Amino acid sequence: MQTVKIVVTGPFNAGKTAFIQTVSEIDVVATERKISSEAEKVKETTTVAMDFGRITVDEDLVLYLFGTPGQRRFDFMWEILSEGMLGFIVLVDSTRPETFREARGILETFHAYAPTPYVVAANKQDMEDAWDIDDMRIALRLPPEVKLLPCVATDKQSVKQVLLELLFSIMEEIEAGQK
Amino acid sequence: MALKGNLRDFSITQLLNLINLARKTGMLRIRGTEAEALIYFREGRLAFAALSHEPNDLASVLYREKKISASQYKAIRARASKTTDKSLGLLLVNAGYLSQEEILQSVQTAYVDVIKRLFAWAEGLFEFDTKSPPPPGRILTRISLENLIIEGARRLREWEQLQNEIPNLNMALKFTDRPNTNLRNLNLSIEEWRVVSFINPKNTINQIARAAKMNDLEIRRVVYGLLQAGLVELVRPELETPPPPPKPIHTALEGKSVDEQRSLVNRLISRIRGI
Repeated sequence: MQTVKIVVTGPFNAGKTAFIQTVSEIDVVATERKISSEAEKVKETTTVAMDFGRITVDEDLVLYLFGTPGQRRFDFMWEILSEGMLGFIVLVDSTRPETFREARGILETFHAYAPTPYVVAANKQDMEDAWDIDDMRIALRLPPEVKLLPCVATDKQSVKQVLLELLFSIMEEIEAGQK
Repeated sequence: MALKGNLRDFSITQLLNLINLARKTGMLRIRGTEAEALIYFREGRLAFAALSHEPNDLASVLYREKKISASQYKAIRARASKTTDKSLGLLLVNAGYLSQEEILQSVQTAYVDVIKRLFAWAEGLFEFDTKSPPPPGRILTRISLENLIIEGARRLREWEQLQNEIPNLNMALKFTDRPNTNLRNLNLSIEEWRVVSFINPKNTINQIARAAKMNDLEIRRVVYGLLQAGLVELVRPELETPPPPPKPIHTALEGKSVDEQRSLVNRLISRIRGI
């Protein structure tokens, strides 16, 4: 049995747990704790170690989705989680511009761990306050070649599309390595 | 789609950068703690700016700029209080009181002054409305934003923010491919020109700082301004000796032939499609 993994990262409350839950065939193994900090009380609980979802591809291959903790104080977990990943997804909350700078930092950090393919997913695009994708690209300082995809982490089709785009990027890299 | 937030999280310099690069048209409304600002942009250029707590009609602007006397100001207020700025401007030009250039210059100075004052706002809810029409009857300008953005970056004093924006001084800089930007039109200081002269994908920001005799804070501030103005972008430095070619296979796919790698990714793609 072979296993491969994709890492889902992003700032606090970007929707990483929901993203994995939407496509995982098992209940996400979440390591969540009640939030103690007043500043971070935009939700009740947060991931402190990792989230863990699974998609069985066939009898020989399993894809694991790992969600990283969003808060910087748990960043010691990031390098461990990024070990051997196929690629990674940076999830950004489109309604919270205050997290854009942090998202940029996380992206740089993960890219430094392993220069693997990645995509950026602009989550919560169904909300009224969501920033436009083009505006987010500028705010996140993403070059045109980086895929920035609209996303709703609770919508299966949307999550599938993000995963597929990452896999297409991985395939492109394999093909490019051939040239 | 919304473009709204708080200046606490997304500064006025960052907003100007976004509006400039996206060539946006519309009205930016900022509700500060003591006043409200209304700023209109056309295709990424400043067209109008006003603060709610001070008179911003043409007569007031010309009086503040000392282009008209107190008695002239009073006369205009008394006789032409309902005249639009455009009509008043035409009247003054036709009557020979002021030239069109003088009026336009005063208006531009007033709008730029509003933006400069906004740099001091640490808080304020902002919202950009692309459907809002330009303010009726007002004189609209076409002021490019690059100089204002650099001016905003010069005023940035918060070390922590600069460090977050440019965490790694071992990165290099390269000029962006923006056909509409002309460096000669920018009002750069000597220090800023010195940094610009060293911009090259082979030079790290650290090396530029050493050559320009700047400390970390100073170089970060200059680079931040150039970045926000969309003139440069951060790149990994080009090494004199090229690094070994990247591994053709991915870490997670290591040890597999290209056909096996393709097969594995294709199986993943088929499975995800089938969910």
